[in-house]
Amino acid sequence: MLEKVKHVILILSGKGGVGKSTVSTQLALALRESGLKVGLLDIDLCGPSVPFLLGLEQSDVYQCDEGWVPIYTGEDKTLAVMSIGFLLKNRNDPVIWRGPKKTMMIRQFLTDVKWDELDYLIIDTPPGTSDEHITVMECMRDVKCDGAIMVTTPQGVALDDVRKELTFCRKTGVKVLGIVENMSGFVCPKCSNCTNIFSSDGGVELAKRAGVPHLGTLPIDPRINVLVGTTRSVLTELPDSNTAKIFKSIAEQITNHNSESISTD
Amino acid sequence: MEAEPENCPGVGTENAGKSSACAGCPNQALCSDPNTKLEDPGKALVAESMREVKQKLLILSGKGGVGKSTVTTLLSRYLSRKYPEHNFGVLDVDICGPSQPRLLGVEGENVHQSGSGWSPVGVDDNLCLMSIGFLLGSQDDAIIWRGPKKNGMIRQFLSEVDWGKLDLLLLDTPPGTSDEHLSIVLYLRNNEAPDSLKALIVTTPQEASLLDVRKEINFCKKQNLPILGVVENMSAFRCSCGETSEIFPAKTGGAAAMCAEMNVPYLGALPLDPEVTKACDLGEDLTNIKNSTTDALVSICQKIIGTLEIEEVY
Repeated sequence: MLEKVKHVILILSGKGGVGKSTVSTQLALALRESGLKVGLLDIDLCGPSVPFLLGLEQSDVYQCDEGWVPIYTGEDKTLAVMSIGFLLKNRNDPVIWRGPKKTMMIRQFLTDVKWDELDYLIIDTPPGTSDEHITVMECMRDVKCDGAIMVTTPQGVALDDVRKELTFCRKTGVKVLGIVENMSGFVCPKCSNCTNIFSSDGGVELAKRAGVPHLGTLPIDPRINVLVGTTRSVLTELPDSNTAKIFKSIAEQITNHNSESISTD
Repeated sequence: MEAEPENCPGVGTENAGKSSACAGCPNQALCSDPNTKLEDPGKALVAESMREVKQKLLILSGKGGVGKSTVTTLLSRYLSRKYPEHNFGVLDVDICGPSQPRLLGVEGENVHQSGSGWSPVGVDDNLCLMSIGFLLGSQDDAIIWRGPKKNGMIRQFLSEVDWGKLDLLLLDTPPGTSDEHLSIVLYLRNNEAPDSLKALIVTTPQEASLLDVRKEINFCKKQNLPILGVVENMSAFRCSCGETSEIFPAKTGGAAAMCAEMNVPYLGALPLDPEVTKACDLGEDLTNIKNSTTDALVSICQKIIGTLEIEEVY
């Protein structure tokens, strides 16, 4: 399983709608900007967002002798994507499956997809600590997985669920690479006043308390929406934005991870 | 290979696992297992235990973090205030990420066991809540369960909680179209009174959310679950300077356009309001706040009440 993949990173959060898929896609694109070959696997079976976010909804997966061929986003084949979204005939079709069927599908995504040589495989997950997560963690026992990045928003009701996800990682033996705080503060385009719509610093405090690195804090920036439906990185499109700086820093912290240079401030 | 074969007879149907389309499907063995077809004995237990619960409303959304729990809280608070003579209950079906104890301000309370089952936690004189959050030792405790165990818990919540007489039970669900949703519909659907179980859909305006919500609406249609309507949450943010920003832009027309396209009622929009998010985190009663959000809420609630047939007792 995933023999030719050098590093595997999971994107987790107990909570839904905090930006797991946005962080997954933009992190994959940021890693690609630094010249790496990246794979992105979406295991959110009931609500796949990656095909939409990358503008790949029209793509069809086809099969070769070695298994399913992932969708490549460019001629240079530096970003490979797989999602259940590519297998649905209609984008509005629901996937009404109970756990065992979801488990089989995820195993297939990990074993029957021809991932080829990748520097990084990013796995985007649904919210919760259930079938999808247990299955992927079981599979990670046979694969060297770098660890998990936890995404959260700053308000207490999201942090409650992320704390559960941290416990899940501890129990299943997956290293937590760090916490990304998303949707922290909104700067009004007219008066430049920053409003903390979903509170602030919750992710930072949680990282401190759990003793895991804080990888960065992303603001609410509506400009990011121009990237939805494209495979352009925030690094090249909005290079001066805070979001770009933070994604660059997260990508650096991840790639430097092997030399143990993530600080735990 | 396809996610499901072209002529899939549908999981749980008479021909599941037997039709010609099932040959070669990786899930054939699961579908054809005769044990999965038996009528769940839990259904009769649930019906018995919930016989005095008049109506049930599922709060659904394919997407996470759109405000299902917040809308559930707002609605239950509003209804219990407006109809002090009626009784309301909330059941938090989100097993892995329960939010209701915090939102309704009863975090840390305990559920008591009595002769007639678990007693739900009282939030107000006429509002009670049951959530797995009350059964956890600490906020850090994770529920690492696969589907069948979650289903067992949901069944217990429905059949072994002493709900008593309720005019309306609101059920807050997790995102998705999977175990929790199938089980709830299986246990609560009453073919003799199909209107006693309805769904309320919550979404945010951006396409990334609508995409999942359309799936959820199709789930309801496939399950013959009547949809009461769609609430759009987090629709715009008004800065203190008066400038309005669309934080989650409705590039595809938002919930209103989706409702028109899918032929379901659109109930209204709730703005993004830092005051509300803060009150939610602290578990305060939002009906005490008077601003544009609560005004919007009142008009949505009135539309919902209109379809729920909560009789006036005066």
